[in-house]
Amino acid sequence: MVMTGLGATMARAGRRLLSSLPALFGVLVFTFLLMRVLPGDPAVFFASGPNAGKEEIEQIRKQMGLNKSVPEQLVFYLSDIGHGNLGRSMMTGQPVLKDLRERLPASLELTFTALLIALIAAVPLGVVAALRPGSVVDHGVRLFCALGVCVPTFVSGLLLIYVFYYLLGLAPDPTGRIDVFTSLPPQRTGFLSVDFLLAGDFDGWWAACKQLVLPAASMALFVIAPLARITRASMLVSLGSDFVRTARSVGLSWRKVVVTYALRNAILPVITIAGIVFSTMLGANVLVEKVFSWPGVASYALDALLSSDYAPVQGFVLLMASLFVLVNLVVDICYGIADPRVSIE
Amino acid sequence: MSEELLRIDDLHVAFSTRRGMVEAVRGVTLTVKAGEMLGLVGESGSGKSVTGFATTRLLDAAGRVTGGKILFRGQDVTKLRGDDLRQLQGAAMSMIFQNPRAALNPIRAIGLQIADAILTHKRISKDAARAEALDLLRAVQIRDPEARMDAYPHELSGGMCQRVMIAIAISCNPALLIADEPTTGLDVTTQKVVMDLLADIAAARGMATILITHDLGLAARYCRRIAVMERGRIVEEASPGTLFSVPQHGYTRRLVAASPTATSRIEDLVTEEERERYAAVLGKPRPALAHGTPPLLEVRKLAKRFDQGSAAVTDFSMTMAGGESVGLVGESGSGKSTTSRMICRLIDPSEGDIVFDGQSIGHVASRDFHRSPLRKDIQMVFQDPNESLNPRFTAFDCIAHPLMRLDRMRTGEALRQRVEECAERVGLPLDLLPRFPHQLSGGQKARVGIARAIACRPRLLVLDEPTAALDVSVQAVVLQLLDRLRRENDIALLFVSHDLNVVRMLCDRTIVLRNGGIVEQGESRALFDNPKTDYTRKLVEAIPHIETGPTLAAAL
Repeated sequence: MVMTGLGATMARAGRRLLSSLPALFGVLVFTFLLMRVLPGDPAVFFASGPNAGKEEIEQIRKQMGLNKSVPEQLVFYLSDIGHGNLGRSMMTGQPVLKDLRERLPASLELTFTALLIALIAAVPLGVVAALRPGSVVDHGVRLFCALGVCVPTFVSGLLLIYVFYYLLGLAPDPTGRIDVFTSLPPQRTGFLSVDFLLAGDFDGWWAACKQLVLPAASMALFVIAPLARITRASMLVSLGSDFVRTARSVGLSWRKVVVTYALRNAILPVITIAGIVFSTMLGANVLVEKVFSWPGVASYALDALLSSDYAPVQGFVLLMASLFVLVNLVVDICYGIADPRVSIE
Repeated sequence: MSEELLRIDDLHVAFSTRRGMVEAVRGVTLTVKAGEMLGLVGESGSGKSVTGFATTRLLDAAGRVTGGKILFRGQDVTKLRGDDLRQLQGAAMSMIFQNPRAALNPIRAIGLQIADAILTHKRISKDAARAEALDLLRAVQIRDPEARMDAYPHELSGGMCQRVMIAIAISCNPALLIADEPTTGLDVTTQKVVMDLLADIAAARGMATILITHDLGLAARYCRRIAVMERGRIVEEASPGTLFSVPQHGYTRRLVAASPTATSRIEDLVTEEERERYAAVLGKPRPALAHGTPPLLEVRKLAKRFDQGSAAVTDFSMTMAGGESVGLVGESGSGKSTTSRMICRLIDPSEGDIVFDGQSIGHVASRDFHRSPLRKDIQMVFQDPNESLNPRFTAFDCIAHPLMRLDRMRTGEALRQRVEECAERVGLPLDLLPRFPHQLSGGQKARVGIARAIACRPRLLVLDEPTAALDVSVQAVVLQLLDRLRRENDIALLFVSHDLNVVRMLCDRTIVLRNGGIVEQGESRALFDNPKTDYTRKLVEAIPHIETGPTLAAAL
């Protein structure tokens, strides 16, 4: 039974992956065209200075292939992508693929930690609120969630820095993933906290974690609200359902009723929302990355966009779209494992 | 066996709602002896389920016992808390619920769910609990119990889910079992099997049972004592025989009259004053059809296959004359709803043809049929009056909508008159027209549904279980209304139902379906009195008849 269920889930995931390929292609073409439509001429931008001559700009334009027609450029671009070449960034002078590979782990580590903090906070908050709807606790949770959503992440980030770094001195200075004096561990996963552990360097691990907590917390604050609200809503439905009444009718313990019967059912929609929240956070954390000088992909893409550097922006959008597909896939698989009803569809 | 197990003394239960406290139970007093099966009968809102939930302490947060006592073995249940309460629930008394599929945890294997109940009250290992759960599945006669242990509720039929629910309820050998509408929503044949099983188990284990039901016939078949509830009070308590032969209370009399039996006629179902309008129509002779009139509806070799491959309906043929009423009966999954929807042109048949009034309509795609001039001639009344009305439409809008869409009427005086005329015909008071569905009662909603269907003066009305969600007294009025409309306006009725007693009364002819094919058809009374096939006989025998009840109960 279990094997067939898992197999069906995998087959479903595979189909989902295939059906998302056209969407990915669409994203590719769309961003390409969008970049061409946006004002700003990269050739002018990357010329030696404001008084660069016309010939020099023409020269650069030719060098970059911008003198060709847009469809021609698109064909070149697509064939490059097909060969795994995302182009070269004018800003850093490095291949975009290399830049992204260096910066993606930083963003992922931050987002994962933020999501983890958000889930650990939101699920119990939602459950507590649902157990006593209309009570002081319920209203307290609602207020907290409202505040989290109202305050933009860069404001909450700055507030956290002010309190924990400036006033209390508990947090290290908010300048990137690790302070300059700590030696980096050998890179294996790219996640500093994991790499330090693998290298057995616990001081380094502690330092990396301390750097991570504040930015992750300020991102988490923003997404606790949707997660807690959906937990509360689905927990309310679950607690009012017939099978919870059945569980109570045979005298199951409070813990068993709430956790095994109600919460396990209520967590299903939370999985879906968590997937959406994760994808959104990955792209939207540019403000947090800027505030904490975090060397992530989002701030990289923003810098590239401001300087009309086409290749990194296009690479970034492609990366985000692929991650989005991947996250949805993971959500699908998790859902299939958590809910035996899904596999029969 | 005369030991008093449960004594409910002047019980009052109130619910706090937006409009203040509402008393659902007002002074119920009853006793249950050990090993006895008591029937608690009443219509929706009578407080019978609330009494059950108060006894097992499962009332919603909004509900509260405001007075009286519930003594279980001399101990007041309403005052128990914490561990004492949990000792009681499941171990001493347990409950079976109406909707078995919803009553089981959808994402937990049924074996685990039974084991959960066992482990709560017995200090045994998980393996031992699993073994006991397996025994229980055998006790409730589930086929292939080893394999079913790991099944999830959605993989089982409704009847199977109810057996699992029974297994959970009896897992710790309670002394009292409260069954709240345990078979509502199940097929008649499944209903009989499940109820027989429940009665056998209760008898074998010496469990007292309270059977809460709206079905007098069911209660009569299985209980020796029946208490009738109305508006939170017990109005009468007697043995089934006495209850049916000499009902004392006015409400019991109405209820007994409204319950369809093998011999009842539509005109008998309601009391004198409600009958007047119907009687006026009944007197008029129906004009004989001119010789050689073509049939109104002719269905030829209809078949429907869904994507999964197996056929839902095969080789279905029938004819209907104008003003005729035909019943379509069968268990769930027999294809009766699919057939009726094809005839209504809501879904497309895979094969075969439908000829309505000489025109072939089987090949008009269901998507486009709304543009056909015949759309207004074929209308449908749906099963659930709550779900089939748009919650944002007033009763007036609901009835006016088909007139505007199909008869191209514009908002104005003429439309208002037509809508009021329809409401008048179905007996819906005109002052209810501006109300929204949630402000109407079940019977009123059913009337709106019927008024909407007859608004465009159809010649064929397809009714898919139109009274399944209604109380018997409301059902009686609706059935009479349908029959009156048929006689007044010569509307043909295709009546889809699993309630054979209703079909017997309302329909001239009956078609019995099984697994998508016709098993038997013929004139209704002859078919039910003298079924030719085993399947029909089984269906007929499964209906709990009030007449046969006492003899069976006495035999137990």
